[in-house]
Amino acid sequence: MEGTAVHGRLTWQLATLVDRVVETPKAMSLMFDLPDWPGHLAGQHVDVRLTAEDGYQAERSYSIASAPGEEHVTITVDRIPDGEVSPFLTDELMVGETIEIRGPIGGFFVWEHSLGGPILLVGGGSGVVPIRSMLRHWANLKHEPTCARLLYSARTLDDIIYQREFAELGALENVDVTIALTREWPEDWRGLRGRIDKTALESAAWSSGLTYICGPTPFVEAVSSTLVELGHDAASIKTERFGPTGT
Amino acid sequence: MTPVTRGFHGRPRSPGDASRLPPGQYLTTDFPVLSYGPTPHTPLQEWTFKIDGAVAEPVTWSWEQLLALPPEPVVRDIHCVTKWSKLDTRWRGVSVDVLLEAVQFRTSYLTAWCDGGYTTNHLLEDVTGGKAWVVYEYDGQPLPAEHGGPARLLVPHLYFWKSAKWVRGLTFTDGDHAGFWEMYGYHIHGDPWKEQRYTGD
Repeated sequence: MEGTAVHGRLTWQLATLVDRVVETPKAMSLMFDLPDWPGHLAGQHVDVRLTAEDGYQAERSYSIASAPGEEHVTITVDRIPDGEVSPFLTDELMVGETIEIRGPIGGFFVWEHSLGGPILLVGGGSGVVPIRSMLRHWANLKHEPTCARLLYSARTLDDIIYQREFAELGALENVDVTIALTREWPEDWRGLRGRIDKTALESAAWSSGLTYICGPTPFVEAVSSTLVELGHDAASIKTERFGPTGT
Repeated sequence: MTPVTRGFHGRPRSPGDASRLPPGQYLTTDFPVLSYGPTPHTPLQEWTFKIDGAVAEPVTWSWEQLLALPPEPVVRDIHCVTKWSKLDTRWRGVSVDVLLEAVQFRTSYLTAWCDGGYTTNHLLEDVTGGKAWVVYEYDGQPLPAEHGGPARLLVPHLYFWKSAKWVRGLTFTDGDHAGFWEMYGYHIHGDPWKEQRYTGD
């Protein structure tokens, strides 16, 4: 279904917050009930709209963290201390309250069953959010004979989002999870120490299949250009870059 | 009727900024990068810019030939569909009007195409009359590759996905054919002041 055009109008819907999960000291997952949700593909995002009493509106885009077919639509919000929207979502919005959401949006940075495997997923920081949707979707399908490999770069142990879930998924037969800590790591850390470099990519990359990279711009630039250098077809590499803003 | 979000106040709003900010946008002072694949790096000696399609005779410029065309300084606000806007961005490049003087075209629809396979569609009226440029400098420096260098299209009155990075040519088409993001549900025209983000907006 890759390349399928999105038809019809994307209308704003009232989304009720049903649960929140503290993922790290900075990141929180928010689960919404969206009665008219049309479904989404792993990797897509939503627009969120908040309206002040004077009519002023702020809109932001957030990647969908939940897999297709789940009961609730989950986003994971990285709290930017001086941000306009993210501190509201993490600190102010209470379970049972509503905001406006529309989506799903984006049809290129997606993985679905028909695209097959193996796949390499590379996430940096909160760029791991849409990748988590893909990995969950992959695991839900169960019958995929090839392997999905996740390379995830976080600063410290405390910054790892979905830590327990990634450990569980990594234990599956057709899923590999490797986490790189770039700032500091425990003495007994068994993942990568330091940035995801050429050596790490060389040993992780498959000789075929698609690669998905999401994270801050310098991270995506470094990983994608290294893969091209290693001889991977640029057309097999899908990227999503987070700018330095994104409040 | 849009519901008020309890407890949401937003940033302090100044009327001056508001008049330059399309609906749903926020100001940023840095310059985020968004692209769907690896950044292409075409050597300048291989680089060309071509206008073809429904034209009497296709025209091709080399890098040196493009630089020899009269440049214009351009200062404009830019608006990305991912919600950020940046004011007074400074560019330098060649007006699309100047490029189009070299060709006789038969339609009023164009597709900009790029290294890396990206495309985006335009109406002739959106890229003529001093509204669009092929730019190769940003803020007094050669345009960095991650921002579309060596040259990108600049059509600042539309959402920024219409300002194709790594642009290599314009093709005149018989109709308004959706480009890359337009195929994926983004608006066929993309006017930020009408908030034409997605199909049907």
